[in-house]
Amino acid sequence: MLSRIPTKAIKRSLATIADGAANPARIYGGLKDQDRIFQNVYGKFGHDLKSAEKMGDWYKTKEIILKGDKWIIDEMKKSGLRGRGGAGFPSGLKWSFMNPPGWEKNAGPRYLVVNADEGEPGTCKDREIIRKDPHKLVEGCLLAGRAMNATAAYIYIRGEFYNEATILQNAINEAYKAGYLGKNACGSGYAFDVYIHRGMGAYVCGEETALIESIEGKAGKPRLKPPFPAGVGLFGRPTTVANVETVSVAPTILRRGGDWFASFGRKGNSGTKLFCISGHVNEPCTVEEEMSIPLKELLEKHCGGIKGGWDNLLGVIPGGSSVPVMTKETCDDILMDYDALRDVGSGLGTAAVIVMNKQTDIIRAIQRFSAFYKHESCGQCTPCREGTTWLNRMMDRFYTGQATEKEIDMIFELTKEIEGHTICALGDAAAWPIQGLIKSFRPVMVDRINEYNKTQSVGLGGWVKGGKVMDGKVIDNPLPAHH
Amino acid sequence: MFRYIQKSIKPFGLKSVRYSSIISVHRNHELDNPNIPFEFSAENLKRAEEIITKYPPQYKKGACMPLLDLGQRQLGFTSISVMNYVAKMLDMPPMRVYEVATFYTMYNRKPMGKYNLQICTTTPCQLCGSDDIMEAVHKTLGIKPGETTKDGLFTFQEVECLGACVNAPMMGVNDDYFEDLTGDKTVELLKQLQNGKELSELKAGPLSGRESCEPYSGAKVLLGDKPTDIRQFTRSDL
Repeated sequence: MLSRIPTKAIKRSLATIADGAANPARIYGGLKDQDRIFQNVYGKFGHDLKSAEKMGDWYKTKEIILKGDKWIIDEMKKSGLRGRGGAGFPSGLKWSFMNPPGWEKNAGPRYLVVNADEGEPGTCKDREIIRKDPHKLVEGCLLAGRAMNATAAYIYIRGEFYNEATILQNAINEAYKAGYLGKNACGSGYAFDVYIHRGMGAYVCGEETALIESIEGKAGKPRLKPPFPAGVGLFGRPTTVANVETVSVAPTILRRGGDWFASFGRKGNSGTKLFCISGHVNEPCTVEEEMSIPLKELLEKHCGGIKGGWDNLLGVIPGGSSVPVMTKETCDDILMDYDALRDVGSGLGTAAVIVMNKQTDIIRAIQRFSAFYKHESCGQCTPCREGTTWLNRMMDRFYTGQATEKEIDMIFELTKEIEGHTICALGDAAAWPIQGLIKSFRPVMVDRINEYNKTQSVGLGGWVKGGKVMDGKVIDNPLPAHH
Repeated sequence: MFRYIQKSIKPFGLKSVRYSSIISVHRNHELDNPNIPFEFSAENLKRAEEIITKYPPQYKKGACMPLLDLGQRQLGFTSISVMNYVAKMLDMPPMRVYEVATFYTMYNRKPMGKYNLQICTTTPCQLCGSDDIMEAVHKTLGIKPGETTKDGLFTFQEVECLGACVNAPMMGVNDDYFEDLTGDKTVELLKQLQNGKELSELKAGPLSGRESCEPYSGAKVLLGDKPTDIRQFTRSDL
């Protein structure tokens, strides 16, 4: 794909204005430092209010607030920002759901809830924002809140991030003290409060309605939709849940203009994005890059390449544990954005790139995800509660090879029975990695089964010859269990 | 939540039980029964009142999670008395508090060691060698996940993704993260704690020499001495 692009296009001009339309064949990536939103992602400059103001945070916030909700939402729509929490829903549109015609008549509090319950394996971008650029988040709460005509924001931060929550609370306190928040936020006359609510270790609370339940002081079990949170949400009031990164980029977008943000990345996938690359790369790191950057460039330029060289690449999970794994052939020329990854049957998710080289036991990697989803299922919907346990047990056996080839088709069918039959997407998320494994690495699974069957012949359900049940217990049959 | 797993015969394939989070049954024993009185200290009472003001007055129960956490920090674990006390304070039926305390994995409903070692073994950490870390902890302390050492110093937990994947493998010790671990570094860390060093004396974060999430060899972008000032790019019509 790269070879088809004329060399002229590779050189990007200094200008930060859109050139995407003028040059559709341009190559993405190579974001300049001046265009990075998170200037402090490596923690060089301090996270207090003074350092933040030096970067331009809280600059002309009052003027932006006074422009009004419609202006902010229009600017967000123009920027083409899509939700950074995984689903990729256009943010401007989502925020506008809070202001249907006649919303003023529904008097009372309205909430913005910021989802900082970063639990998706592979994802660690929100943590960097919270502990290094907390003022971007706090200011983003105010501006996003203004766009939605919200009265308060709750930031739901995962419980393990205790130190990060402390930093964020300090930032909020500083903002209150400086008059940026409170009854007369930034002197604009708009009243806005920001609160932190710490989670206590439940992945499912990253789902928006579960998160709302959790703030209300209940077990975090997702609610049925409709009603959608924009109608009936937190404490029964209109609410919108947005990811940390979505909210944190908003002030910069509004300051530099939606067109500036839209000038990065392919059409429909615009902007810059924090990528966190973990696994088998020489230098795992978090880096802000342009959307639609080729995966290969991202890994080679920023992460020092794959351990053992590019040809040693086995597969990449491009968006956190919930998306299917891609094989090397796909990775060679894939662009990192929502549409390109969806087209190859994976997804951008949270842009948490998990790299696996050929020394990886891919079955074990996916089996560990199954254990994760089993642990994190809230237990509300039967297909997920039973299904994740079932998947986990089957994957335990596939890991050792104690299975039959027929069972690969059975587990695939099982994932299809879970997918789409649950209230929230956790069931889907549990199903997809396994589907990806089967689609891309079925021969590996078959080899493992054949290898095991050399020593012991296995029947359906992992039964070996002589295995039986006595007093309700399985005896004389190996019971693999791994994490 | 998963009560049936505990009560029934261990199902096929479930050889070892994952502790901490799964057991949602309370059994009275000498360290944890409703007759043991619990109250917030004066300082925590003030904190609790502050927390309650964050939630609308008719939804006071929103404070249930932070108050349970406060109680856990004061006592060391979330005992049945803490739950009952929080229920009373927030005018909630105790059962609603039990539901919350058993749902979330960070409420430790058993007495804990002084240091709560949480080793992440989810795939990104596993790819980077979390097996070595588990092994190192097991060999140094002689305990398995879910157990506490006899001296009451360490509780060993295997946990799911803690959100520091770029710095894998990692271990949470109480509220601090120790990242970029190797087996040897883990042993060294544990030895220091065993020898009476306090957690606050140790430097948390990556142990590989890097500051945070930049590449090992140093940042490749944002190399300037000063951050870019967005004020110079701010649109003129504001």
